[in-house]
Amino acid sequence: MKQIAHWALNIANQRGASYADARIVDARSRALATKNSKLGQASDSESLGLGIRVIGDGAWGFSASDDLRREAVEETAARALEIAKASARLKQDAVRLAPEKPVTAEWTTPCQIDPFGISIEQNLELLFAIDRELCAVAGVTLAETNLNFHREEQWFLSTEGTDIHQTKYSTGAGYAAYAFAGSDIQKRSYPSSYGGQWQNKGYELVHELKLLENASRIAEEAVALHKADKCPEGRFTVILEGSQLGLQIHESIGHPIELDRVLGMEANFAGTSFLTLDKLRTLRYGSDLVNVVADARQEHGPGLGTFGFDDEGVPAQCTPIVTNGLFTGYLSSRETAHMVGANRSGGTLRAENWNRLPIIRMTNVSLLPGEKPLTLEQLISDTDNGVYMETNRSWSIDDKRYNFQFGTEIGWEIKNGKRRRMLKNCSYSGITTEFWNSLDAICSRDEWVLWGTPNCGKGQPQQVMGTGHGAAPSRFRNIKVGSAYKGN
Amino acid sequence: MLTKDQAATIFAKLKKLSTADEIEVLFFGGKSALTRFANNTIHQNVAEENHGVSVRTVFAGRTARATTNKFDDASLQRVIQASEALTKVQHPDADLLPLFSGVENKSASPTRIPSRSFESTLALTPESRAEGVEQMIGIAKRHKLTAAGIFANSETIEGIFNSRGVAAWHTQSSCDISVTMLAADSSGWQKGNSPDASNLDARKLAETAAQKAIGSAGPQELPAGKYTVILEPAAVLDIVGFMFSDFSGLAILDQRSFLNDRIGKQIFGGNINIWDDVAHPLQSGAPFDGEGAPRQRVQLVENGIVKRLVYARPTAERMRRSEYKDQVGPIVPTGHGFPLPNELGEAPLNIIFSEPKQPTNVDQMIASTERGVLVTRLWYIREVDPYEKILTGMTRDGTFLVENGKVRHGLLNFRFNESLLHMLSNVEQMSGSVRASGEESFDMVVPAMKVRDFNFTEVTRF
Repeated sequence: MKQIAHWALNIANQRGASYADARIVDARSRALATKNSKLGQASDSESLGLGIRVIGDGAWGFSASDDLRREAVEETAARALEIAKASARLKQDAVRLAPEKPVTAEWTTPCQIDPFGISIEQNLELLFAIDRELCAVAGVTLAETNLNFHREEQWFLSTEGTDIHQTKYSTGAGYAAYAFAGSDIQKRSYPSSYGGQWQNKGYELVHELKLLENASRIAEEAVALHKADKCPEGRFTVILEGSQLGLQIHESIGHPIELDRVLGMEANFAGTSFLTLDKLRTLRYGSDLVNVVADARQEHGPGLGTFGFDDEGVPAQCTPIVTNGLFTGYLSSRETAHMVGANRSGGTLRAENWNRLPIIRMTNVSLLPGEKPLTLEQLISDTDNGVYMETNRSWSIDDKRYNFQFGTEIGWEIKNGKRRRMLKNCSYSGITTEFWNSLDAICSRDEWVLWGTPNCGKGQPQQVMGTGHGAAPSRFRNIKVGSAYKGN
Repeated sequence: MLTKDQAATIFAKLKKLSTADEIEVLFFGGKSALTRFANNTIHQNVAEENHGVSVRTVFAGRTARATTNKFDDASLQRVIQASEALTKVQHPDADLLPLFSGVENKSASPTRIPSRSFESTLALTPESRAEGVEQMIGIAKRHKLTAAGIFANSETIEGIFNSRGVAAWHTQSSCDISVTMLAADSSGWQKGNSPDASNLDARKLAETAAQKAIGSAGPQELPAGKYTVILEPAAVLDIVGFMFSDFSGLAILDQRSFLNDRIGKQIFGGNINIWDDVAHPLQSGAPFDGEGAPRQRVQLVENGIVKRLVYARPTAERMRRSEYKDQVGPIVPTGHGFPLPNELGEAPLNIIFSEPKQPTNVDQMIASTERGVLVTRLWYIREVDPYEKILTGMTRDGTFLVENGKVRHGLLNFRFNESLLHMLSNVEQMSGSVRASGEESFDMVVPAMKVRDFNFTEVTRF
């Protein structure tokens, strides 16, 4: 593979590129799913190809091909240069890359059990066992289960001399029970919605999730929601469960801190950001308890944003994003670092596959746990009146990331420190900085989970990326609840 | 580009390698390129070539799929083995049908569509796309605005062969131009897509986006509430697109559709008529589905009443035996299935909203509005309630107050929470239908709509 990358880099050099990098990716995926006691999905896929990124005449060009024969690789590299020269026609300033020391490195996701080594029979047996538990509950009208495995081997070489071989594994597992009755469709998912939990690890994740053990409870909750009261409308104290809080972090912190959005590069599609450059180290993003990092290092955990090096060869790093409530950092790349006065990239440039240009993406953007010991039950006990909300059902936020609205699958009323009646159709909404400034309690490390968001869309052509979000249940005061159903 | 003859040769190899009872092979891929600009400069500029082959094998009531983008003998051997390995370990499914044969019923006659591959699109180069971008940036500079957007073109193939003799092939070109114009406190947006690049006018799109940015400068706050809205076609497309996966027979069987217990009932206004028609001259895409069955023209909604659903072959078979069989209108395979195996079944993807006998253009809608909101596009739309079909989302890139028949000024953007059942029952006026393109839903042929009592629930900060 390295030889193939060198063919591409040599042509880039010969044609006058001032910089080039080549990424070869060999990706393999397996998706298994059941639906109402039948097979829903059984598919394997593999994809191999090369993407070459060049700077020519001070501007970017990128070309990718699945054809790895020498002649085709050289044509792909030459095409990247032609594209760069067309880009240069409208150049304002030449691309400037923050310096990065060349490295030769190997990195692999710590993976105890290779998910592709587990037999298909064993996987299907698990899924059908869960399915039986879900379907056994009267009132469940649709049961879905899924297992997903991914392995990606990447060779990254650059004209600066970097040579990185990296192998990443990820696993996803989960299920959902639906109940349709009257004029209402209710749903419960486990461990989270949209395919469950996803992490960069092997099959050991499936063992850790206690999937079968929770299936009956989840199915019963889906049915019970039909008899639950609707979530009231008004201003309430809200406690968010970790996976819902993870998505809240993703949408209202992770996206606005992307420097490409801030600089207008995503204005036509994903949008821009309210976090204009003047807000760095001046904006009170949240209350003093709010500490957020973007951490791609293995020591942060096996998140979907964990790696050894990003897709332009920058080592994984931890960037303080919010420090004791103060906004302190953006997600950056080699091209954008200098625009915030940094002398080095934050290492967040990532591509969906070999055929996509790497762009700034979240790594693991996590809310650090509270320092004082605090369990979810203790937090509820400490709350006089409020609503506890669990598992995302809908999510939406404006294109500058100010106004958001989330719905959850289930909620519970909290009265005098006790979890009381179940609530359905829960939603809450707000303005990002007001919301994070209303946080007054975060559960401690024992309740903290690094959740995976496997479906983050960004870029043109659009790329789907996995991101990680560590979160422990947290409490927010005076939150607007229930406006999703207002007027309907 | 992979040709049909080359694909046929690969299919023959795969068929020989396979030990399965039946085999189906999909081919997909092509070439694409996209020039992306922001801050009045090209900042990303990409090209790609990739083809794939996806193999489905069938052994006595069992089936699975494996996919690769490599066509050498070892890779083809590996993809066959992977598909067969996934297939053999399953329990047989009595409902699994034999592969489509192409002649099993009258409704399966081939669907004829116009050519969708255009030299005007295929001939675009990095240089010519840069010229188009330069024109759009020129308009931005003339108005002292900042432009961002894309100019993209592609050439793709889609093919399906199976061991029962199906050999269907489709080639398609596609061109996309999208432009956002940014001012200090406002923005404007336009997007166009067509198989034929000569149907798109980059300068016109850029000028319209610029006028929206200029016209909405200094946006004022209008309190949240129910307003008459004038939704431009892109806004209509993006919100109505969220209901079409529910027009699937399998969604009814799964009881996850908002049409459960509503088929044959008046659920929209009498002025709403919706078709799915891949052969419509403004439509795009292949005339066959994921099993190779011809896509049929289907009237989904007639005078506000849901009349029909779309069906993949296996779904139609199941529906005929189901408790719903007498409640869902005609049950025939309509050629809308996704490649098997899958969890979703089928969906209509070539939507046409019939235009009224006397269309009303957007200017006429404005002129007839005492107080309302003109909406350029909607954004980040998500489902809040799956049965009442309540959707939430934001307005974006050009939201205006209309008063006494005139556009007055820009507005801060709204969050809406609106039921499609309400919205499509409250349509007062419609324009002629056009091919529209957005970011939340697939392209379709829709009118602009004037809708009363559209439910805005919050206002954002810009």
